[in-house]
Amino acid sequence: MIAPRLREVPDIGDDDPPYLFEDYVGTRLRAPRRPLLLLPHSLSELTGPVYGHESVGGLDHDLTLQHGGQPQGQRIVVSGRVLEEDGRPVRDSLVEIWQANAAGRYRHDVDGHDAPLDPNFDGAGRCVTDDEGRYRFVTVKPGAYPWQNHVNAWRPAHIHFSLFGRAFSQRLVTQMYFPDDPLFPYDPIFGSVRDPEARRRLIGSFDLETTVPDHALGFRFDIVLRGVEATPLEG
Amino acid sequence: MRLPITPSQTVGPYLSIGLLGTIGPALVRADATGATRIRGRVLDGAREPVPDALVELWQADTNGCYATSTTGFTGFGRSGTVDGGSFEFVTVKPGRVPAPDGGLQAPHVNVGVFARGLLKRLFTRIYFPDESEANAADAILSALDPSLRETLVARAEADGSLRFDIRLQGDDQTVFFAL
Repeated sequence: MIAPRLREVPDIGDDDPPYLFEDYVGTRLRAPRRPLLLLPHSLSELTGPVYGHESVGGLDHDLTLQHGGQPQGQRIVVSGRVLEEDGRPVRDSLVEIWQANAAGRYRHDVDGHDAPLDPNFDGAGRCVTDDEGRYRFVTVKPGAYPWQNHVNAWRPAHIHFSLFGRAFSQRLVTQMYFPDDPLFPYDPIFGSVRDPEARRRLIGSFDLETTVPDHALGFRFDIVLRGVEATPLEG
Repeated sequence: MRLPITPSQTVGPYLSIGLLGTIGPALVRADATGATRIRGRVLDGAREPVPDALVELWQADTNGCYATSTTGFTGFGRSGTVDGGSFEFVTVKPGRVPAPDGGLQAPHVNVGVFARGLLKRLFTRIYFPDESEANAADAILSALDPSLRETLVARAEADGSLRFDIRLQGDDQTVFFAL
């Protein structure tokens, strides 16, 4: 056996959750059991796909205008900035979201929850950040929904977010939660992030400034992507 | 001052709603010069196919250049896994790109894997079976024990396509990288 010259990286959950988190049953057969190997960064990791303003339509950011009528539920505006660790804005970068409707039902074949679908809501949106890294979506507040992880398991209301950043190493998929959700202590996906401060960063905050009078409540959710650094090659 | 990062969360089982609408698995047209099919399965620790994974590719063009815009070859594609846990891409073999030490790397495709039960992305690479000389000289591949190296090299199929299975667990688990 040749000793590996790529450093093994232990899977400790700190800011990010670990791959294996027993309470989240789905991780048990899917989390890799061998340590990750640290890859020295080259152009392969320091570059990334560039989906800018040309890749979205004018109404893609408004999930309430994708059909003839208004979807059911509490209308909300979700906005914020995408930044790198050093505070630099991530400009002209694609942000994709998807979510359940106000009743807690996804428009998806495998969602067996008997809550109603909403003919006026698909639950997917896309937008591109501006020069300051800002994004903005209009949608409805998603409902909580049951899942099969354990007896009487319910997911807290959340919106899925997908971010590119400017390098493939920065790619992030995460979820935004809503303030004061009573389901937090029971949810092993939210709870998989072990540091309470890091968990708090997954929760959007109510924001009066972006609340639209007589129309929609504002929530603010800033997203910070890992910086891009060249790592030294191990000897 | 450094800002604390936003933690990763799983894509969950409904990722196709948000991520498979517009960006697809064809990086080039099937009739393009050098077009190659790369297909494979994502398998869990019970050797069962994972039917709800998302596989993303990021690669250089045939000259070894990464795209800097979405006009022309984007270098990026997505495939969900469907019946049988299979994904499939149509792409071209990338050229060699510089290594951190100044040499050239063997041709490779960068791969991200997301799924329900994966709390963060898995990252690996696909290398090519007809590049044995470049593969033997590659700093990453040569840093690996042969049995691990094998998990990163696609297999040539009789129909000219390439096969690359992603095994999440087990003795022959695919090598995954930390970035």
